[in-house]
Amino acid sequence: MKFDTPATTNPIDALKVVGQPIDRIDGPLKTTGTAPYAYEHHGEAENVAYGHVIGAGIAKGRIAGIDTAAAGRAPGVLAIVTAATAGPLGKGKRNTATLLGGPEIQHYHQAVALVVAETFEQARAAAELVRIDYLAEPGAFDLRAAKGSATKPKESGQTGPVDTSVGDFAGAFARAPVSLDTTYTTPDQSHMMMEPHASLALWEGDRLTLWTSSQMIDWWTDDLAATLDIPKKNVRVVSPFIGGGFGGKLFLRADALLAALGARAAGRPVKVALHRPLVPNNTTHRPATVQRIRIGATREGDITAIAHESWSGDLPDGGPETAVNQTRLLYAGANRMTAMRLAVLDLPEGNSMRAPGEAPGMMALEIAMDEMAEKLRIDPVEFRIRNDTLVDPEKPGRPFSSRPFVECLRLGADRFGWSRRDPQPARRREGRWLVGLGMAAAFRNNLLMTSAARVRLDAEGGVTVETDMTDIGTGSYTIIAQTAAEMMGLPVGRVTVRLGDSRFPVSAGSGGQFGANNATAGVYAACVKLREEIARRLGFNSADAAFVDGEVRSGNRAIPLGAAAAEGEIVAEDAIEYGDLDETYQQSTFGAHFVEAAVDSATGEARVRRMLAVCAAGRILNPKSARSQVIGAMTMGVGAALMEHLAVDTRRGFFVNHDLAGYEVPVHADIPHQEVVFLDETDPISSPMKAKGVGELGLCGVGAAVANAIYNATGVRVRDYPITLDTYLDRLPEVA
Amino acid sequence: MHRLSNPGLSRRDVLAAGAATLAGSAASRDALAQEGVNLDAAGTLEAPSQPFHDTVRLTVNGVIRELRLDTRTTLLDALREHLHLTGTKKGCDHGQCGACTVLVDGVRINACLTLALMHEGDDITTIEGLGTPENLHPMQAAFVRHDGYQCGYCTPGQICSAVAVLKEVDAGIPSHVTHDIAGAPALSDEELRERMSGNICRCGAYSNIIDAITEVAGTRA
Repeated sequence: MKFDTPATTNPIDALKVVGQPIDRIDGPLKTTGTAPYAYEHHGEAENVAYGHVIGAGIAKGRIAGIDTAAAGRAPGVLAIVTAATAGPLGKGKRNTATLLGGPEIQHYHQAVALVVAETFEQARAAAELVRIDYLAEPGAFDLRAAKGSATKPKESGQTGPVDTSVGDFAGAFARAPVSLDTTYTTPDQSHMMMEPHASLALWEGDRLTLWTSSQMIDWWTDDLAATLDIPKKNVRVVSPFIGGGFGGKLFLRADALLAALGARAAGRPVKVALHRPLVPNNTTHRPATVQRIRIGATREGDITAIAHESWSGDLPDGGPETAVNQTRLLYAGANRMTAMRLAVLDLPEGNSMRAPGEAPGMMALEIAMDEMAEKLRIDPVEFRIRNDTLVDPEKPGRPFSSRPFVECLRLGADRFGWSRRDPQPARRREGRWLVGLGMAAAFRNNLLMTSAARVRLDAEGGVTVETDMTDIGTGSYTIIAQTAAEMMGLPVGRVTVRLGDSRFPVSAGSGGQFGANNATAGVYAACVKLREEIARRLGFNSADAAFVDGEVRSGNRAIPLGAAAAEGEIVAEDAIEYGDLDETYQQSTFGAHFVEAAVDSATGEARVRRMLAVCAAGRILNPKSARSQVIGAMTMGVGAALMEHLAVDTRRGFFVNHDLAGYEVPVHADIPHQEVVFLDETDPISSPMKAKGVGELGLCGVGAAVANAIYNATGVRVRDYPITLDTYLDRLPEVA
Repeated sequence: MHRLSNPGLSRRDVLAAGAATLAGSAASRDALAQEGVNLDAAGTLEAPSQPFHDTVRLTVNGVIRELRLDTRTTLLDALREHLHLTGTKKGCDHGQCGACTVLVDGVRINACLTLALMHEGDDITTIEGLGTPENLHPMQAAFVRHDGYQCGYCTPGQICSAVAVLKEVDAGIPSHVTHDIAGAPALSDEELRERMSGNICRCGAYSNIIDAITEVAGTRA
């Protein structure tokens, strides 16, 4: 189905099932521990051996020699895979570094060997006997030191234009009566999903089946086949449940490749899980940024000039963190520029983490807006409202498909009690606590991706949906069931959803908050086709047929749905494919974050006390699971603001705090009750579902709202994340 | 590869360190040899010809199970890999995340931080022992109602912890945030958050998890 004109009324608008806050259909499996994750497919393969991954002990250089003799003699050892024994390997087009290093080492903890043994304990113990000698080479590991050498990165679909310029930024900025020129930094961050990357590989002749933990089934199938240099049709990737991804499982990783190589070498199925301490350096991470923001405005608070520049680093042939892109779209201003520069760093591969670009970009931009509002003596909410724009500021002829940004700001301010905020910082005290309010805009683009699905109707009137879409905790199973139920006139209980298998039609997958809208639109397209076939078989005119309460109705005829399949299952498959509505219109999601923070006046301990997000993201397909996406993102935003930080050893070139004890993420005690409000909105330009993404919107801006609340509480402005005690303790007001 | 320099190394230490290189004396070499551990001429520890195995009997979800295990097997791996009870999750294997929380004689522990052989005669309850998809435990049902999970990987640990937390509060066990440690702890959000803080949820379902636990606590009271 081609979607190239805005949606009109369609069966989804009935909202009998879609839009309802139903419980997740996979909830009973997840809460009883019976949902099978990658390492848990005991019934799928017999005689499974265990692989243990060895990561490189240097950041850059070469392996001089690997001595596997002792390990090979260790009890239970079946095979040892290294680059020297694996045979020639290709590289997936979505990987920057190779997944099996050697002899060249590109980053610390790059996988260099897999030890396969009868048991987990034997594989782990034998791995300790592998002796590796390295020839280390010097590398670049410090972004601030390498910033001067940064160059203009290659433009790609993911980066957008590397440099943008409209009007005369320099002149307008110089003339602006009120201006701001500040630099912010964000650190390297780790996804730290709860389920480490894991895979089980089974070879049957030249055909490989991989049970794994993947956000993007087709990308993995493609890149695994390319890396092994075998036909894609010989690879099946299965990932029904994923224990979190956040971008860390977008791309094929070492566990998958090594399980396949280990299984080939051992002649048995092999399963591999990355042990937790390997995850941050072996896999990808969100790269650190240095961001310079300049804003010029009239005394009345109209932005006349705005510039956002960002520096980040990555391995050779890697890409930049696109932290400037929201600044091209969020606020008005006739004179504007953005630029991204990329330094070569020999740290582990930088790549997407939840809301890549906008998450760190908004952390900087929305502090800058707070600082500018203060300079102008304008309320931060009003300053943002004053600089709203209904068109793409770079192309005024190009409107937003919908942009209820001001409504989000006003509703949020009202609900949160923003009027009680003292614009003068450090004036509200409750006992020993300094208390402040902060806010920030939320903004994230809505991305359109082709997405296909297959639907089956059986003789009992039940519908089965098959698509390679993944559910990484987002609620895909449930909203897909809701979509099919709405389209076919069934209760959710009559719909079976099967996801995460490369045998199913290729979906959008899970990432970039594009999953929900595109994957359900693909199911919508397949259901339209199924409805047409059902109507044809029952002798209805498909335009007149209504699918209601398990029946197909037209005029005074009503036939049970299953009757159409009495002589055999009916199967329909289609994809949603988009025209240029995302070029004609800018499609984005909007929101506002409000935070109350308290800082202990003596110890400096910071606590987040209240949080509110108001979101405008088109139709909300399931308010219960969508709300969870937003509170989860808000939680990750608190982590980004206050604690998350991969500490770089700039001599040895690795992330030091590479486990869940050293890399701190929010725990229960850090997170208050969170409130989320969705504007009642549909966006007919986004898809037939009239929905947009929301899973990343909830993260964009949270960090800055926390930072601004801490500033309002204490009067101390911190521009380097995370805002840990040491960044502000010596500047706190004197304790009375 | 570990290097150990303590000459008074015990057999237990050697085994705990896994295969290791050590500067062993002849005497310790003989002692180790008796245990099936051999050192080569250079003093490099050769792995034993076979792993040490032992038998343990424990009750899991009401069923007596007898397992013959490599002595290094954690309770977590015994459950997941030997009994195929994969509801108990491995998130970190280092006691940092709480995904492997199970109840041992009613008390919650991290199953990754304890060896299976230490549980002779113990009564283990895993998430599978609390309820089934067709017959959910009240805490499981509350997690579903309140959407107290997203990816689901930390969820069994959260639920086992939550069940144990309510028992701990009932038993009057104070926490770090209990204001009067001599009195009965309150079932406040603050108490629940403190007591649940050993269970990380990276998806960030905390606000909903506390709502779910509060509902169960309320209906019990």
